[in-house]
Amino acid sequence: MNTTGCSSAITPDHPRIILAEAAAMPWRPRASERSLAREGRIWTLWSVGVVLTFGLPAALLVSIEPFAFPVSAIFLGHGIAVLHLQARRGARGVKPIGEAANGPERTALGLLADLVGHDVRELLAETGLVLERARLGAWLVGQEGAILVRPGGHRVHCFCVRVGEGEDLPAGDRIAHLLLALREDEEGFATVANRNFSGANWRLAWELSGRSRPALRQARAVA
Amino acid sequence: MSRLIRLDRTGHTELATWTAGDAASQEAAIEAFRRELHEGMLASARLPDGSAEVVRELPLGADLVVLRRPIAGG
Repeated sequence: MNTTGCSSAITPDHPRIILAEAAAMPWRPRASERSLAREGRIWTLWSVGVVLTFGLPAALLVSIEPFAFPVSAIFLGHGIAVLHLQARRGARGVKPIGEAANGPERTALGLLADLVGHDVRELLAETGLVLERARLGAWLVGQEGAILVRPGGHRVHCFCVRVGEGEDLPAGDRIAHLLLALREDEEGFATVANRNFSGANWRLAWELSGRSRPALRQARAVA
Repeated sequence: MSRLIRLDRTGHTELATWTAGDAASQEAAIEAFRRELHEGMLASARLPDGSAEVVRELPLGADLVVLRRPIAGG
């Protein structure tokens, strides 16, 4: 630090400061590889529980009275609907950006394009999502949420996170905010964000819009 | 030339620029930086490897420092 009170150089090996927003939530356990794996197991147990809760009575009913098949099918359908709704909530939370229509939107998109590489820029134009590779996996960042594809690409975690008072911001700026926070402190970012869904990649792909699906495929490939 | 920008409703606003040998421009940038932090903005400096670092003092060696608003769980 120099006499003016400002640091004169930055290097990648400087000790990192944790995300201010995460530091302001000391009651929330910091996200990590281990906590994400644990959350994944809990979500899997929950999904198995839903299947058993709806599937077993349906199977039992058919075994007792085969003509009750329609009732069993309705019951089983309820269970499948619950699983779909959970994945849909995760898919809708991320919110991709659309076409840049006016001046501020274009300006924001220009800066966002400066912050990412060439390949990511093309993916952003195609899907409306920014792909960011990090330590916990590959992230897809949207306006109001992010999807984390874990290494191996089989499991995804969906997060709901947004700019605190960002209603007036252009869409590109909202993504830039989240992207910067993610780059500053990945685990802190995952700590601040609320969980929407965790489960198999294919379950989320099923619920994503056709426009966003290539982004998920790309994230899976690089995770 | 290094830039200090703020993400806002216009897309972004360039608050200051400075160069290594220009003390006056550095002072102006530091002043603008402190003013924005006082208003509740958070600062993020782009590192050479493409990552970002939270900064509470203006890193004069950075090529781009971005001021952003806090994020929150949705």
